[in-house]
Amino acid sequence: MYIFEWLNNQLLRMEWLNNLVNSLVTDVFKLDVNDRLGGSIQFFIYDVIKIFILLVILIFVISYVQSFFPPERTKKILGRFTGIWANMLGALLGTVTPFCSCSSIPLFIGFTGAGLPIGVTFSFLISSPLVDLASVILLASIFNWPIAIAYVIVGVVLAVMAGTLISKLKLEKYVETFVFGNKATEAIQEKMTTRDRFRFARDQVKDIAKRVWIYVLIGVGVGAAIHNWIPESIISAVLGQDKWYSVLVATFLGVPIYADIFGTLPIAEALVIKGVGLGTALSFMMTVTALSLPSLILLKKVIKFKLLAIFVGLVVLGIITIGYLFNAFGHFLV
Amino acid sequence: MKIKVLGSGCAKCQSLEKTAKEAIKDLGISAEIEHVTDIKKIMEYPILTTPGLVIDEKLVVSGRVPSKAEMTNFITTALAKQG
Repeated sequence: MYIFEWLNNQLLRMEWLNNLVNSLVTDVFKLDVNDRLGGSIQFFIYDVIKIFILLVILIFVISYVQSFFPPERTKKILGRFTGIWANMLGALLGTVTPFCSCSSIPLFIGFTGAGLPIGVTFSFLISSPLVDLASVILLASIFNWPIAIAYVIVGVVLAVMAGTLISKLKLEKYVETFVFGNKATEAIQEKMTTRDRFRFARDQVKDIAKRVWIYVLIGVGVGAAIHNWIPESIISAVLGQDKWYSVLVATFLGVPIYADIFGTLPIAEALVIKGVGLGTALSFMMTVTALSLPSLILLKKVIKFKLLAIFVGLVVLGIITIGYLFNAFGHFLV
Repeated sequence: MKIKVLGSGCAKCQSLEKTAKEAIKDLGISAEIEHVTDIKKIMEYPILTTPGLVIDEKLVVSGRVPSKAEMTNFITTALAKQG
């Protein structure tokens, strides 16, 4: 157990890096890390480096795994299941299928045109940005493993429930008709060699790093500001554990913001350090990552407003419930 | 030869178009490149993830940007078929 703990602290929590940055700030910058300025600088440098290291390693490993689950294959697998099993599988495959939000439209049309119930597609579309494998390991690094695992479970449950409800409500009539007219031809599935997979993983790292670095810098910057500059009294007045409305505020604050999970975690981390409830911080994180305006605008092209509103409503409702659950029972996890 | 780039303007689609243009230039052949952004037209091909590359009405790659060597290979294969 001791070895596991040591590995966890050094590799995942990167205590060595924390110590290194601490001595950099104290010895080179001649600042006190318990000081406001020194503390912010320490938080910023440590978190940026930690997230980038994790990002590069994680995306590489995860992309390698993902190369075995191209969307074409996911579509085929999903077609063999029905009912809640299909929703569950959709949510689970959403966590391992490589896919960026700019592809949500062709994917939606491809899945639906192949005869998959729209609820299954929605289960996939909800879990995909919410619970990707990288977010799990990052959560374990910043908080701990029980929290990370609980997050995956509630994320998948949310995706399954929202998708099942959408199936049950028979909302197919709110899908633009041309979607169904699509020729459901077999999509090409390329055969990949191990070398191809390595190249795919490398390209994904480059791609994602290029796309998210700015979110990471902003996120850590905001985190550092929350950590050291915003008085605790203000934060606890709006988002405090004892305030019943804190989850609602956090959720609605997060809806218009879109950022990658890598940029959102440092904010959640700083909030929790400041005494904000775990559920409140997670609600914020989930809305920021699950609902993005650009992908909603894209979806609007293939589904009518009413279905879009139901989709957003269900996700928001689910996230609020998760927030309250974590606030009520989260202390069992820490 | 007719080459189509499928994709609604994401960064990867731009770089796919660029790679295609470079490959054509290097090969010194004449080909027409069209960037298809209309989702209905895109979905006429069996594609799930953008960007996609279509050569002479056949989808050859989807969901990623091929390297220039691969691109050259695709084009020469298509040329050979045209024969």
